[in-house]
Amino acid sequence: MSERLPEIDKVIDGMARSLADAIKRDGADEPLMVGIRTGGAWIAERLHERLALKEPLGMLDIAFYRDDFSHVGIDPMVRPSHLPVDLDGRDVILVDDVLHTGRTIRAALNELFDYGRPASVKLAVLIDRGGRELPIRADIVGAELHLARDEHIKLQGPDPLSFELRTDVDG
Amino acid sequence: MDKQNLQLDAEGNLRHFLTIEGLKRAMLVDLLDTAESFAEVTEREVKKVPLLRGKTIVNLFFESSTRTRTTFELAAKRLSADVVNINVPASAASKGETLLDTLRNLEAMHCDMFVIRHPDSGAAHFIARHAAPHVSIINAGDGRHAHPTQAMLDMFTIRRHKKTFQQLIVAIVGDVLHSRVARSQIHALSTLGVQEIRAIAPRTLLPVEAASALGVHVYHDMREGLRDVDVVIMLRLQYERMQGGMLPSEHEYYRLYGLTEDKLRYARDDVMVMHPGPINRGVEIDSAVADGPRSVILQQVSHGTAVRMAVMSRAMQRSQAVVREPS
Amino acid sequence: MSGRISIVGGRLIDPANGIDGLSDIHIAEGQVVSVGPVPDGFTPDRTIAADGMIVCPGLVDLRAKLREPGQEHKGTIASETRAAAAGGITTLCCPPDTSPVVDTPAVARMIQDRASSAGYARVVPLGALTQGLDGQRLSEMAALLEAGCCGVSNGRRPMASLQVMRRALEYAASFDMTVFIHPEVYELANGGCAHEGAVASRLGLPGIPTAAETVAVAGLLELIALVGVRAHFCLISTARGAQLIARARHDGLQVTADVSAHHLHLSELDVLDFDDRCHLHPPLRTLRDRDGLRQWLAQDGIDVICSDHQPHEGDAKLAPFPSTAAGLSGLETLLPLSLRLVDAGVLSLSGMISRLTDRPARILGVEAGRLEPGMPADVCIFDPEATWTVDARSMLSKGHYTPFMGWEMKGQVAYTLLSGRVVHERGS
Repeated sequence: MSERLPEIDKVIDGMARSLADAIKRDGADEPLMVGIRTGGAWIAERLHERLALKEPLGMLDIAFYRDDFSHVGIDPMVRPSHLPVDLDGRDVILVDDVLHTGRTIRAALNELFDYGRPASVKLAVLIDRGGRELPIRADIVGAELHLARDEHIKLQGPDPLSFELRTDVDG
Repeated sequence: MDKQNLQLDAEGNLRHFLTIEGLKRAMLVDLLDTAESFAEVTEREVKKVPLLRGKTIVNLFFESSTRTRTTFELAAKRLSADVVNINVPASAASKGETLLDTLRNLEAMHCDMFVIRHPDSGAAHFIARHAAPHVSIINAGDGRHAHPTQAMLDMFTIRRHKKTFQQLIVAIVGDVLHSRVARSQIHALSTLGVQEIRAIAPRTLLPVEAASALGVHVYHDMREGLRDVDVVIMLRLQYERMQGGMLPSEHEYYRLYGLTEDKLRYARDDVMVMHPGPINRGVEIDSAVADGPRSVILQQVSHGTAVRMAVMSRAMQRSQAVVREPS
Repeated sequence: MSGRISIVGGRLIDPANGIDGLSDIHIAEGQVVSVGPVPDGFTPDRTIAADGMIVCPGLVDLRAKLREPGQEHKGTIASETRAAAAGGITTLCCPPDTSPVVDTPAVARMIQDRASSAGYARVVPLGALTQGLDGQRLSEMAALLEAGCCGVSNGRRPMASLQVMRRALEYAASFDMTVFIHPEVYELANGGCAHEGAVASRLGLPGIPTAAETVAVAGLLELIALVGVRAHFCLISTARGAQLIARARHDGLQVTADVSAHHLHLSELDVLDFDDRCHLHPPLRTLRDRDGLRQWLAQDGIDVICSDHQPHEGDAKLAPFPSTAAGLSGLETLLPLSLRLVDAGVLSLSGMISRLTDRPARILGVEAGRLEPGMPADVCIFDPEATWTVDARSMLSKGHYTPFMGWEMKGQVAYTLLSGRVVHERGS
């Protein structure tokens, strides 16, 4: 392990503060928060509560949008996406747990746009671990971790939340 | 010829979808769950996901059916696949060579999935046996044998209303003998664990040894058969059966086996009425019942697409993995 | 010209003559000259060592389609009699439904001529019962008899009415001809492709009910009694049908019957998963029928086991089950499948051989199926312990469809002699 893992609750507190500032700065009243299943949804639930957002929380399951269907098929645990509010012209805050290659965010953006045309989308992630394969960056980053290629971090939850760090055995 | 389940691969994943018989309950439940996720997709503004982008699906119909073909086409398009519809009139397809030749030609054009409807029982099995390893076969109805996607969308509709299959008594009424839908429904219902399946029909419309071969309770009296049922499934009566050979008249059939409000009173209060369509109003079902509050006939139709998306994507993910292996 | 042959050291089983024991047999001029001791002054040109083997009359198959004339893409007289020789069969009877139909002496003679020039087996044709098998107009049976037909039959084709059937039976009886009957009520069987039972119900296959056979057997037995004709029922598939025939025989009626080797081993369950190799006609029935057929075979309700050989080209089964052609290639598995019945305790070895030799020969009225001096030296020599696997490459029939593909068989023909000539030798 290359460095000490941060304390999740404190990281989420920090994200909530940054988000509140950003919302105020951009004048985006009543933003829609959308979490990406499953880890991103857990983080989104907590942020939604701390920010006391009025609009109900949305959930995306990107199983049908992944670009690796040909290799791994559909996640057997796929559940319906749930976006209770019309996205058209709204400011969306997309939440995920770990930002790595950027492919999940690419899939989530595609799915979001199949629901409507938001005015803006901000990305908030708990951890940015580097290793991007697509030109994607987060607007709000809880913490940055510098992991080697063969190291993987995964959020366990929903209650309590914890990190699982593992290294590929065979590389 | 191996007698192991042709529609599963070595790991037990779905490869073709030919019949419900022999599939485990967990697989049927997984298909229903997956269909729930697709049902959400079909309610969106953009009713389409990129899952099967770049794949080619062929609807190969040796029997005309605009309705079924359309739902398969819609399902394929909502998965972003390219769709080709081929209708082969029965006269041109009388020789087996033609069927196999058609298959070979389409395979040569790099098609990935065939949705097949054919008047011979066993046609989908035959094609699956001869298909190239990367190709998936979906049975859209073969003779009197099976129509598994129709049965799954019926199960989907039942689960949406009744939540669970346990404790349910389901009655299937009408021409079970010639019905591929009924055979697939019976296999699905028994795999999903309903309490009792009843078949209600005169002897001329029931297969021999129906009770033991299919595991149903047989009733010739409709009122008796409908007592306490939770679900009534009406089957379509083909017009040619009403010409006196199997039934004396349309009138007598309707009097004895047509579903009316009066007969429906014997069922449970919350009974749901189903029909795979198209309906013969006034022959097997009274319009008041077909359009009434307990009818879910239109919901069945709308669930067809999501269920077929689930079946197609599950079968396709397997065929992709097969292709991947050599690399 | 066949030479002098001695077959020595084998166990000779000749049921017609009550022989079962170690005995040599000596052949000259195409005939058996002696069973047991070497005749005075006999020097064999060839001695066949048959130690550990069974020596029996060449088998007589009551029903094999050779496909010639008319369907040579499925088989020819030469190809199928060659397969017969490999199966130890030296006489076979072919049904009249060739194209053209065997309803003229010319066709009957042509089949026999081609068989004798091929030289692998005797072929005795059945003549058509009605012209063109149309079920309406009687054929020239007397002429067919003179041309070598050993009986008359309408094959699987239906008769127009019971009245035509009655007249046909009467006419055949006038010339002491045996009528070979496929008992099936056409209207009850029409459109079916599997036994009407649990399996067909599950697979949604149109069924052929047991009654399609039993109604025909019961009705025909009454007609046969009325007319007083000698009749043979082909391919009994139901236990009930066999029972009706056995009872009629008990009551003194001159009727005989055969069953195919596959109906003694397979059942409707083998059709599961649409195995088109098991698309047969009559269909494979229930396990209870299979066991009943075995029982009636043992108790002499059924006289003979036949191959019901029906070779097909590859394309014939390349279709969904109901659209495939019915039938299998059975000449090369007739003997080992019959031997399985001995292992299963259904028949004694000698009893089994009788049902493949002297009994069918008697029904055909041909000089075959026995090995006493003066008889044609048609001999089957087989190794009862040798095992082999049925596979397409080693099959000699032009048709390669058989549900027994890949089965391990016990009992293999080592030599087949036709009129004292070796027409098949294992491994050659």
